[in-house]
Amino acid sequence: MSDPFVKVRDLRIGATAYPPGEKPHDIEIVHGVSFDLEKGRVLGLIGESGAGKSTIGLATMAYGRGGVKITGGEVWVNGRDIMQSSLGDLRRLRGGEVTYVSQSAAASFNPAKRIMEQVTEAAIKQGKFSRHEAERRAVDLFKKLGLPDPEHIGRRFPHQVSGGQLQRCMTALALCPEPDLVVFDEPTTALDVTTQIEVLMAIKDAIAATGVAALYITHDLAVVAQVSDDIMVLKTGDMVEYGTTDQIINNPQEAYTQALVSVRSIDHEEKQPSPSPVLKIENITARYRGTNFDVLKNVNVELHPGQTLALVGESGSGKSTLARVITGLLPQRVGRIHFAGRDLDPVMKNRPKEDQRELQLIYQMADTAMNPRQTVGTIIGRPLEFYFGLKGKEKQRRIQDLLDQIELGEGFQDRYPAELSGGQKQRVCIARALAAKPKMIICDEVTSALDPLVADGILKLLLNLQKVEDVAFLFITHDLATVKAIADSVAVMYRGEVVRYGTKSDVLSPPFDDYTDLLLSSVPEMKLGWLEEVIAHRKMESAGN
Amino acid sequence: MMKNMPLSAMIGLFFVCLYFAMAIFAAWLAPYGMAEVVGDVWEPSSAAHWLGTDNIGRDLLTRMIYGGQTTIYIATAATILSFTTGSVLGFLAAVLGGWADQLLSRSVDLVMSIPSLILALVILSVMPVTIPILIVVMGLLDSTRVFRLARAVAVDINAMEFVEAATLRGEGRGWVIFREILPNALSPLVAEMGLRFIFAVLFISTLSFLGLGVQPPLADWGGIVKENKDGIVYGIGAALYPAVAIATLAISVNLVADWILNRTTSLKGGRG
Repeated sequence: MSDPFVKVRDLRIGATAYPPGEKPHDIEIVHGVSFDLEKGRVLGLIGESGAGKSTIGLATMAYGRGGVKITGGEVWVNGRDIMQSSLGDLRRLRGGEVTYVSQSAAASFNPAKRIMEQVTEAAIKQGKFSRHEAERRAVDLFKKLGLPDPEHIGRRFPHQVSGGQLQRCMTALALCPEPDLVVFDEPTTALDVTTQIEVLMAIKDAIAATGVAALYITHDLAVVAQVSDDIMVLKTGDMVEYGTTDQIINNPQEAYTQALVSVRSIDHEEKQPSPSPVLKIENITARYRGTNFDVLKNVNVELHPGQTLALVGESGSGKSTLARVITGLLPQRVGRIHFAGRDLDPVMKNRPKEDQRELQLIYQMADTAMNPRQTVGTIIGRPLEFYFGLKGKEKQRRIQDLLDQIELGEGFQDRYPAELSGGQKQRVCIARALAAKPKMIICDEVTSALDPLVADGILKLLLNLQKVEDVAFLFITHDLATVKAIADSVAVMYRGEVVRYGTKSDVLSPPFDDYTDLLLSSVPEMKLGWLEEVIAHRKMESAGN
Repeated sequence: MMKNMPLSAMIGLFFVCLYFAMAIFAAWLAPYGMAEVVGDVWEPSSAAHWLGTDNIGRDLLTRMIYGGQTTIYIATAATILSFTTGSVLGFLAAVLGGWADQLLSRSVDLVMSIPSLILALVILSVMPVTIPILIVVMGLLDSTRVFRLARAVAVDINAMEFVEAATLRGEGRGWVIFREILPNALSPLVAEMGLRFIFAVLFISTLSFLGLGVQPPLADWGGIVKENKDGIVYGIGAALYPAVAIATLAISVNLVADWILNRTTSLKGGRG
């Protein structure tokens, strides 16, 4: 039997850690990972952040990011151990035999150069194709990837195409030098679901058409199930489970994989609306200062006490803007906001302290939402001091109560945000909001930056707190799985308007309007062949029309 | 805190402490009176006069010690003044924004468009040259630089969500400036403080050398260079001692400032 095209054996990768207050020291971040990959097949690498996915992906080019060293093991590509390769050989390998698609195309393209120049650069530099040939190849790839106007799109600059299109251009860039192996590092994570599905299909078709081997790195098991033949589940640098996609999705062996597969299976009974809503938004229209474009148009929604209203939509649909209007950071042009039986002043500064206290906000990025120079005790304690005048022992006790409520327990009061994990940080932000004893909390994409299992924990916590504290949530998200898990009512937003609004069961059951249908059908499902089904279904529908 | 201290910082700290100690205890350390004529003109160094005597026969070591006192006192006071005014106004401009920011920033631009040495010379030539006036003029001129830095740093921090969270809570400007922004702006400001202190030392020395700074018979390092500069022609090194003192102080303070910057940025969650 001949050797596989890519053979990784006992790969060990080290890095230097800089723990606060200690001397820097070396740690191992990938502990002996092995896998094989044949041409024409796709291996999915999946795991939470810090699992070592990207590090392993880059190691197949014998490359380590700053401070990262490959300390042991073998990486065989095309019959040679590239760990032993000379620099010249590596230069031919990188960007020639092995290419890389990164998460953020927008950050990876040079904004000052035209797309075509960047897509063909590696192929020409590697001497694989002449400029003419490379450009013909690129146009061909643009066609395969379903980009509009493939003949001329290469003449545009990166900012002149959309995010999804640019991500596809990046795939063309990776495929242009006719590589043998392509490493896809979270290529759809930064995209909206409706865009993600197109890019996924384009990538999948392009892999099949060119017969390359591919490593597909993502944290979303439902996505990787659509594109890969085999899946390796990683956790903190260790291989947890490695098998065919069918086996991993339908018959996971390890507890960790089972947890990943069954994520977002929270059972939430929808509550009936009450007669007096805590928040009533009437005919809100708003625009940003210095523009003449309404980012919110005539928005009307209600939120009932102790319930959750989910605001769903793509980026740019106006979800977060509505949150800014409600908090008074962006005064509306038209419309009124009723809150807890009174009218809210459009300008935050003019609102009485009581309004500020009863309306709290939790941010998407817990990192930037907490002052890095304040301890957890100060962060949670300040609202207690500010709104209720608590001091000394009484304040300490209440802080500890809140920490218990967010399931953190003892020993966290003196820690700084940098000493907490992502999930813990978001919990502290929740505690800060709760400390004000609010009637309503706006949750702005609070789980989007978290790993699926951690996000699940946060959602469960929020649901529990809602029962105990009887607080209402305005939950802003682009993730429909989250909506299904926690919402009582749903408002679907599109280009600044609410296109569909009602109880969760109404909104999520047919008949759908076009946009909601598109949005709902674009959410990846944890089953094999889902991508093909959706695409086939859409083709049928458009043929029918 | 003293553990893991690099050698460079230790050397820097040693000299900084030495100079400051000499400045503070000048009256006890100096062997003679500050303006006391004790020997011939430009006597070479001897057991009685370790560094020799100056252009009118005063003990040079005594002059150096008292000179250090004046120079370091003026520089320190000017730096403190420039930092308090500069950073408070800079933070205020960043937090207030709008016309207040415009007014402050453009006034600072106006002052900065004139070379500060020239501006200082003009001001001092019409004002009585006393130490308090020197400190105020130097401090205010230098505060424009601090303002620029403080405003730039604070604008960045002001855009962070934790500041928005504090604003939404209903916090006043005082809390936002001193509790949210200041702790995060401190490390670049402290590093800048070392640099500005050195500029202040050089500035006061330059002014004295030009005759518009510290007035004789009061000693200061720039003044000692001026008084003894003619000796260089005759191969007498009296003017070099204050020059060396200024140079070592400048380097030492920078070594310490570097170390502080490194320490504070690697602090828990420290931002760059």
